[in-house]
Amino acid sequence: MTVLLFTIIVLLGAFVAGLLGSLTGLGGGVIIIPLLTLGLGVDVHYAIGASIISVIATSSGSAAAYVKEGITNIRIGMFLEIATTISAIVGVIIATYIKADYIIVIFGLILLFSAFMMLRKKIDHSNNEKTSVLANYFKLNGSYPVDGGQKQYAVHHVVGGFAMMFVAGTLSGLLGIGSGALKVIGMDNIMKIPFKVSTTTSNFMMGVTAAASALVYLHKGQIDPAIAMPVTIGVISGATIGAKILIKTKTDKLKLVFAVVVVFLALQMIYKGLTGAA
Amino acid sequence: MSNKIKHYLGDKDVQLILGTLLRVGVLVSTAIVIIGGIVFLSSQTNQIVSFENFKPEQAKFSSVAEIFKGLKTMDGLAIIQFGVLLLIFTPIARVVFSIFSFLMEKDYMYVLIGIIVLCVIITSLYLDIAH
Repeated sequence: MTVLLFTIIVLLGAFVAGLLGSLTGLGGGVIIIPLLTLGLGVDVHYAIGASIISVIATSSGSAAAYVKEGITNIRIGMFLEIATTISAIVGVIIATYIKADYIIVIFGLILLFSAFMMLRKKIDHSNNEKTSVLANYFKLNGSYPVDGGQKQYAVHHVVGGFAMMFVAGTLSGLLGIGSGALKVIGMDNIMKIPFKVSTTTSNFMMGVTAAASALVYLHKGQIDPAIAMPVTIGVISGATIGAKILIKTKTDKLKLVFAVVVVFLALQMIYKGLTGAA
Repeated sequence: MSNKIKHYLGDKDVQLILGTLLRVGVLVSTAIVIIGGIVFLSSQTNQIVSFENFKPEQAKFSSVAEIFKGLKTMDGLAIIQFGVLLLIFTPIARVVFSIFSFLMEKDYMYVLIGIIVLCVIITSLYLDIAH
């Protein structure tokens, strides 16, 4: 394949990935990695390197829009980043020692899980019962603006949430993804943080976490500029347009269609990994 | 109570600056990647590429020093990689900025937490894992 053709295909694919990623909240890596490995026969190491860049691009791009609304809890984000950044580096180290086939299978399983999480009805568990000693100590409880006033919320199960972030970070480093689905479990279900806060805070953390592993991947030679170029440009333009459409449209049907596609990709990845075709 | 309100307003300003920082970071790095892409493509449109096998030993521009060396010769790939590097540093700049804002709020516990996170990231910059 010529450089030009490769660039154009990846550019278009990354655009779609960025667009669907921001519309469905699933992030870009979910499509970038299958596109590169299944579609273009790119080695999974390069695909992971390109994907981690797309995670940073979407995180920073959409975070710029989010922080203006003033609901990101920087303290929760910063506190949990201790777990996610350390574990992201652990994830990259693990990736160095296990076979690429296993990484592909794990990626497939995470894809299946993410599709399930995307369709699941979200329940807001947040309340204002300040019971957690650690949450008080680390000043994690906060408030967010609701028409005219401030709504207070309390954070629960700090240790459990911190542990979940360790898992999320490890998978983020291992697979080059944002691990959004796992972060949601940690923040919404375990720590009982309100959606408005958890979505933007998890997005804030994703960029920082990905930056830690991206630097290691850069040194390992997994970030190839010829792949990173169309991926970055495509994902950023797709995500920007996606964020504009998102305000005007309902995405329920799109999520269902996208979940089917993701399940299909997941099964293909698992098959590829198990048969050693990688 | 007045202290609390002041705290909130301060946060608002910080968030606004943070948002701008992220936007500028993304825009500038994308622009550099596009420029590098044009330089790169204009020189080797018809060359054949293959990424079927991972060859770390052939990796060009896999460290900050190499990227800067490549920039001097206006190598398209080095320019792209410089843009990518800036993109990676955008969220890191956000951490640094947050540390300063915690310092202004005199929240030393969070200054420390921010520094821990920053140290982990700096470690990753120097971590060289063998294959």
